[in-house]
Amino acid sequence: MSIRHGLLALLERGPRYGSQLRTEFESRTGSTWPLNVGQVYTTLNRLERDGMVAQGGEDDAGHTLYAITDSGRTELRTWFEKPVDRTSPARDELAIKLAMAVGAPGVDIRAVIQSQRRHTVKAMQDYTRLKAQALLAVEGGGARERDDVAWLLVLEQLIFQTEAEARWLDHCESRLIRLSATAATGAPASAPAAPAAPAAPAAPAPPAAAPNGPTAPSTSIAPGTSIP
Amino acid sequence: MSTQQPVLQLQNLTRVHGAGATEVHALRGIDLAVYPGELVAVMGPSGSGKSTLLTIAGGLDTPSSGRVIVEDTDITTASVKELAALRRRSIGYVFQDYNLIPALTAAENVALPRELDGTSARKARVEAVAALEEMGLGHLADRFPDEMSGGQQQRVAIARALVGDRRLVLADEPTGALDSETGESVLALLRTRCDAGAAGVLVTHEPRFAAWADRVVFLRDGAIVDQTVRSEADSLLSGQVAEA
Repeated sequence: MSIRHGLLALLERGPRYGSQLRTEFESRTGSTWPLNVGQVYTTLNRLERDGMVAQGGEDDAGHTLYAITDSGRTELRTWFEKPVDRTSPARDELAIKLAMAVGAPGVDIRAVIQSQRRHTVKAMQDYTRLKAQALLAVEGGGARERDDVAWLLVLEQLIFQTEAEARWLDHCESRLIRLSATAATGAPASAPAAPAAPAAPAAPAPPAAAPNGPTAPSTSIAPGTSIP
Repeated sequence: MSTQQPVLQLQNLTRVHGAGATEVHALRGIDLAVYPGELVAVMGPSGSGKSTLLTIAGGLDTPSSGRVIVEDTDITTASVKELAALRRRSIGYVFQDYNLIPALTAAENVALPRELDGTSARKARVEAVAALEEMGLGHLADRFPDEMSGGQQQRVAIARALVGDRRLVLADEPTGALDSETGESVLALLRTRCDAGAAGVLVTHEPRFAAWADRVVFLRDGAIVDQTVRSEADSLLSGQVAEA
């Protein structure tokens, strides 16, 4: 488990006490996965039970210090060497949602996709903003540089993940449009493969458009709504 | 900042190509305002009207109906002369393939729009070098395009787009020909220029580059269907709370 190995990795740099481990874990990962001190001590107790850490006295302020043992070091090496398992993927709510939305009555799957796309791109904007700040911190150097670099890597992982999701959503949408265009021009008995998507580019049937006047229903958004 | 005047306003913009049976509605009623200091990304599948929007915003193409206002000028009713002046003084373009003039150095490329606008060669050169230095590109001033990497050329193109008093930069897939890290550095420069007060419109199909913008506008079949709001995230947790 990652907390367990995360703590071992921090302890390899020298003995530490519980809340110190928590602070260091969070500053490397930017509190992406916040830890409470209780979790840290529970994990330390288990590591101690398994012989991977040992209590090693107190610091000047009376905090109990923990140190990594040889068997803890071996465990840590193995963790770094072994790839993280990707063959049994974690349950992904979005994939399940879209799988259920295909052909679901009364569900506009393109609206589901767009609402997710907006949310995902917004999350990317947040991560990118934080990344720009982290880059400045890394370029500025300083005592916290190692933590800043670690945080930058975590942020970039989040950006790559959300990017993959945004691309996958684009892909889903264009595939559904293609399929519905095929269904529309194909055999009359074809099952409704995908919910009706509006005018696909493959079927150039301009909607019964009023002349390009201001009466045409425009979905555009009031300008300047998000100006600070 | 809503009291500020937008640098670019698109009002109920439409563009129809062809007529009759082959009529294609490239844009259907676009409304968009871009303010000083704002970078807006336009995203959408190919054929959604992204590039049409940008060429009309820059006066390179004319709309079928609607208005395009740059600073205070409606470019759809401006004379040819006014439009040409506006393009020299107010609007900067950045294209996918840089479009620097190969026979001119970086500084000369950046100075060119100023010289065309009547600034003396010496003054234009001084301004160009200053613009390059401000963007951390001073060392490239005397290089020719073929002596620069793609990323360097594109950053020089951004300097050219924003030299002088120009406050509007229109960028069409500026990272299209660049690897991902160089693309980032180009976006970072564009972001910095907008933070310094320019207004930018970025057309891209790459979500990772669009994420540098203040606002992402989603175009589909020639209409704006959705947009994001500006990120205020200071930490991951507060960002998530704000989203909830």
